[in-house]
Amino acid sequence: MATANPTMFQASDLNHHNERVQRRYRLLFGLMTLLLITPVMLILGTLVVKGGGAISWEFLLTAPTDGMRTGGVFPALLGTIWLVTVALILSVPIGIFAAIYLSEYAGDNWFTRTINLAIINLAGVPSIVHALFGLGAFVLFFEFGTSILAASLTLAVMTMPVVIVATRESLQAVPQAFREACWNMGATRWQTIRRVVLPNSLTGILTGVILEVSRTAGETAPIMFTGAVFFTPFLPQSVFDQTMALSLHLFVAATQVPGIAEEVPFGVALVLIGLVLTMNSVSIAFRMWLRGKKKW
Amino acid sequence: MGTTTQALSTRATDARAAEDFDRRDLDWYIDKLIAVIVFVCGISAVLFVLGIFFFVTKEGIGFVFEKMDFREFFLTPYWSPSDAEDPEYGILALMAGTASVTGLAMLVAVPFSLGAAIFIAEFATGKTREALKVLVELLAAIPSVVWGFIGLVIMNPLLIKWFDIPVGLCVLNAGVILGLMAAPIMTSIAEDALKAVPDRYREAAEAMGATRWQVIYKVVLPAAKNGLLGGVLLGVGRGFGETMAVLMATGHAVNIPSSIFDSVRALTATIAAELGEAVVGGEHYQVLFTIGIFLFLITFIINLSADLIVRGIRKG
Repeated sequence: MATANPTMFQASDLNHHNERVQRRYRLLFGLMTLLLITPVMLILGTLVVKGGGAISWEFLLTAPTDGMRTGGVFPALLGTIWLVTVALILSVPIGIFAAIYLSEYAGDNWFTRTINLAIINLAGVPSIVHALFGLGAFVLFFEFGTSILAASLTLAVMTMPVVIVATRESLQAVPQAFREACWNMGATRWQTIRRVVLPNSLTGILTGVILEVSRTAGETAPIMFTGAVFFTPFLPQSVFDQTMALSLHLFVAATQVPGIAEEVPFGVALVLIGLVLTMNSVSIAFRMWLRGKKKW
Repeated sequence: MGTTTQALSTRATDARAAEDFDRRDLDWYIDKLIAVIVFVCGISAVLFVLGIFFFVTKEGIGFVFEKMDFREFFLTPYWSPSDAEDPEYGILALMAGTASVTGLAMLVAVPFSLGAAIFIAEFATGKTREALKVLVELLAAIPSVVWGFIGLVIMNPLLIKWFDIPVGLCVLNAGVILGLMAAPIMTSIAEDALKAVPDRYREAAEAMGATRWQVIYKVVLPAAKNGLLGGVLLGVGRGFGETMAVLMATGHAVNIPSSIFDSVRALTATIAAELGEAVVGGEHYQVLFTIGIFLFLITFIINLSADLIVRGIRKG
C-alpha cells in the first residue's frame, strides 16, 4: 500500500512529445523575433557605415554650401530644435492637464470613453491629414502664415497623445491610498494633485515628454506645408519665420537635389536617427531607473 | 481689565478664524478654477479631432458639392490634375496603390510581430526579455522619412540586383519597408494584449500540467484574441496613413499594380507631393483636401472598430 508506483514520477511518452512540441514552437517564435530585428539592424549598420564618414562637428555646425549640394546641416538642426521646443511649450501643459483630467477627475462613462477614442484618433490620423489641418487652420484661417508657429502647432496637436498617455499611466501608478490620506487631512483635490500625485509621478511624465521630443523631431509631412522649407538663407529669429528642418532636409536632399554629394543625405539620416534613438534611450533608461527606486 | 483681555482675545480669534475662512475660500476657488482648466484640457483631444475634421472639410467641401462626380472620383483610375484643359480626378489607382502596399506590409508584419510578441511576452525571460523589449521600442522610433530613405538607397539597388528589374521602387519595396516599420509598433501592442491576460489563467493551466506552449495556445491566445485583433487593426491604420516612406519607396507612378514589381502611388503620398504646387482654393487644391477627408474617415472607422473590439474583451 505504501509503496508508490515507481513509474509515477517518470515522464510518459505524451509528456516527452509535449515537451518537444513546446521546444519547437519556442524556437519558431524566437526565429521570428530574430528575423524581425536582424534586417533592421543590418540596414542601420549599412547607414552607419555609409554615412559615418560624413558626421563631424563641421557637418553639424556649418551651413550647406554649393547650392545645397555639399556642406553641413546647421540651419536644419537649429530649425528642428526650434520646431520641437515651440511644439513642446504648446503641447506639454495641455497634455499633462488632459492626463490629470482623465486620471483624477473623469468618471468611467461614455464621456471619458469619447475622450479616449479622440486621443487614439489623434494619434492614428495620417500625418498628411494633420498637415492639411495645419495648413487650413493655422496657416490660412488663423493667418500665422507658413511659420514655425503654424508648424509647431500642427506638430503639437499631432504628438500630444504621447504626453497624455505617458502622463496618465504614471499618474494612475500612484496608489489611491496616497490621495485618500491627503484628502483626509482636508486638502482639496488640486492641493492633493499638486503636492502628492504630481511629485510622485514626475519622472514618468518626463519620460513621456522625452518620447514626444523624439516623435516630433522625426515628423516630416506635417511641417512640409506649414512652416518648414528646404532652403532659407536666414536662421529663424522668431516663431513667425520659416525654417529649415532635418527631416524635410533629408527628404528633399534624397529625392530632389541632382548632383548632391552622396554623404550629405546619409549624414542627415544618421543625425536624425542618432537624435531620435538617443532621446528614446534616455527615456527608457529613465523609466528603468524609476522602476528600480519605486517606493511602493 | 479681565473682560477687556477676554474681549480682545475673542476678537483676535475671530480675526484668525475669518482669515482661515478666507484662506480656505481661496483654496476652494483655486480648486474650482483648476477643475475647469483641467476639464477644458481634458476635452481638448475631442476638440482637436473635431477641428481636424472641420478644417479639412472646410477646404475640400467646395469640390465635393460642386464638381465631384462620385462615380468618376472613386471608380476611374485616371489622375491628371495638372492638365489645364481637362483635369481628371479618379482615385481608383491611388486607392489600389495604398491597398497593395498596406496589404503586403501586413503580410510581412502581422505574422512576424505576433510571433515576436508571443516570444517576448511568454517565452523569453529576464535579461533577454528586457533587451528585446528595449530593442523593439527603439526600432519603433525610427522616423518614417528615414524609412523612405532606406527604401530609396538600400532596398532599391538590392531589389534591382536580386530580381533583375529596371526600377526597384515598387509595391514590394514599399510593402517591405512599411512592414518593417509597422512591425515594432504591432509587436508592442500585441505584447500588451498578451500581458493583459491575468497570470492566474496561466498558473491554473500550468497547475494542470500543461506545457508552456499548451498554455499559450489553449489559454493565453484565446483570452487575448480581441486585443491582438485590435492591435492588428491599429497597425493597418498606421500603414494606411503612412506618408513619407510610401512617397519615397513606391516609385510614385499612377498605376493599378498587376505584380509586386510595379510602381504605384498612394493616396497619402499624392497629397504630400502635389499640395505644394496646387493653388490655394483652386480645384486641384480642393480635390487634395477631399482625399484628406476620405483618409480621415477611413482611419476614424479603423480606429473606432479597433477600440470597440478591444473593449469587447474588457466587458465580456
